[in-house]
Amino acid sequence: MQNRNSAFSWTWLGLGFAFLYMPMVLMVVYSFNESRLVTVWSQFSTKWYVELFNDTRMLEAAFTSLKIGVATATFAVLLGTLAAIVITRMGRFHGKTFFQMLMTAPLVMPEVITGLSLLLLFVAMKQFFGWPEGLGMTTVWIAHVTFTSAFTTVVVSSRLREVDNSIEEAARDLGAPPLKVFFVITLPIIAPALVSAWLLAFTLSIDDLVISSFVAGPGSTTLPMVVFSSVRLGVSPKINALATIVIGIVSVGIIIAGWFIYRAEKKLEREMEQASAEMAMNRTE
Amino acid sequence: MSLAATLKKWSPNPRAGIVLVPALWMTFFFLAPFAIVLVISFMKSAIAMPPVAFEYTADGSISLLTTSYARLFDFDDLLYINAYLGSLKMAGVATLCALLIGYPMAYAIARAPGAWRHVLLMMVILPSWTSFLIRIYAWIGLLKNNGFINNFLIWLGVIDTPIQMMQTDFAIYVGIVYAYLPFMILPLYTNLVKHDHTLLEAANDLGANRWTAFWRITVPLSFNGIVAGSMLVFIPAVGEFVIPEILGGPDQLMIGKVLWQEFFNNRDWPSASAVAIVMLAVLMIPIAILQKYQNKASEENA
Repeated sequence: MQNRNSAFSWTWLGLGFAFLYMPMVLMVVYSFNESRLVTVWSQFSTKWYVELFNDTRMLEAAFTSLKIGVATATFAVLLGTLAAIVITRMGRFHGKTFFQMLMTAPLVMPEVITGLSLLLLFVAMKQFFGWPEGLGMTTVWIAHVTFTSAFTTVVVSSRLREVDNSIEEAARDLGAPPLKVFFVITLPIIAPALVSAWLLAFTLSIDDLVISSFVAGPGSTTLPMVVFSSVRLGVSPKINALATIVIGIVSVGIIIAGWFIYRAEKKLEREMEQASAEMAMNRTE
Repeated sequence: MSLAATLKKWSPNPRAGIVLVPALWMTFFFLAPFAIVLVISFMKSAIAMPPVAFEYTADGSISLLTTSYARLFDFDDLLYINAYLGSLKMAGVATLCALLIGYPMAYAIARAPGAWRHVLLMMVILPSWTSFLIRIYAWIGLLKNNGFINNFLIWLGVIDTPIQMMQTDFAIYVGIVYAYLPFMILPLYTNLVKHDHTLLEAANDLGANRWTAFWRITVPLSFNGIVAGSMLVFIPAVGEFVIPEILGGPDQLMIGKVLWQEFFNNRDWPSASAVAIVMLAVLMIPIAILQKYQNKASEENA
């Protein structure tokens, strides 16, 4: 009785998924279309992929995006983890609600506002401190860390909330210093969440167009910025080829990451079971 | 106070360090910039770098009354006011559509067999991992006059001439609903999956049919999820720039696009700042509502 869906529910779900996936499926199909007209099928061809790989501007932008993405995700996970520890493990302190709001506010801020305000900050900083010298990779990195940290904070703290605090307390009672407790107990437990937070921040950074457009300078043009300017000029089958590659990489990445997270969770579960079994044994002895 | 106690009090506390690093970062790079935007919104465009300056009145005080805000609320030139109202309408209608599509989906996922739930939920999230820009771009191929939908309808014989869909409100609604549907489904799912089904069984026993039970038990119980999901779609949709730029035309004036144009095309930093400040003020209400219901939800979980 509990898990029953009517035929209507299933149909609706099917239609919903069709809505979510059809545009992408069509894009993948038409990326192999010989014709320049995106929606008229002529014959199978990989020429748009060849053209894509000859487009040095796009390749350079893709490399820039990757560099910024890795640097952003790494620092955002660090910042997000610190914030998550504050939120879940530090108990109540003066200004905690404010801290929580400050950390998660970028989640709901429209990107045009975040982008504009960060650019005006950088300009003001240059005037008063002479730094940053100009817009470039550093300013894009700062901007990306700022908005992705909100996401990493949410991901890591929801994991920390699930984790039983008593193991950490037990380690502390047994005399382990706080840092050791963190690295030996907490970190391995939240590792899967750190991986997903890193991937999320990386994706958000790579994907961002609006904020980057405000704070990027010469030499820090990211891939979405190049794609956007070419989309504005008109539809190009090259973008379909690029989209197909992105979808391919993401699918493979998610499968691999999913497998690793699944394995890590299983291993942790086994160890926890073993530990509690041993504890039970000791008690009976 | 003894010297030792004083030293202990002022020596760096590792706990404080953990709080300070993220707090200072966000204060400096997220909170403080708004103060700068506020200041610049009261300035004037100038031919210099940065292209802004304060305008002084005859007695040397800073003139605040002739700022960009005067243009924003100029009732002879309704450009800005129309853009704000247009954005609110677009975001509102799109949110409603997302709710109508997303609620049954979230409901079906929440009631699916346990093992299926994760797979179905993953399928909802998966598209968000690919590029936002590319997903919006994909709709051009479907909505164009010689695009997939029109070709399909003509082939079916439903229509003879293509329907104009690109550069209309419809295209933007489709884009917003498509891009933000996962934001609607996820909070609804988290809410719906916790429902106690015995309540529905009780209603059934008392003679309510499925629909009555759904309307009088499930929907009211999922109110927090509905509000959270709706706000998560509505708030970013109001400031949306990419979707109206790619799928819309010159008639679909949204405020995010106006801000962008003021900044990049007209190089008018004070106007762009004023647009941002007013947008922020307008969004304070939905943001506060979201905050309230998210707190409620996390209390329920605790």
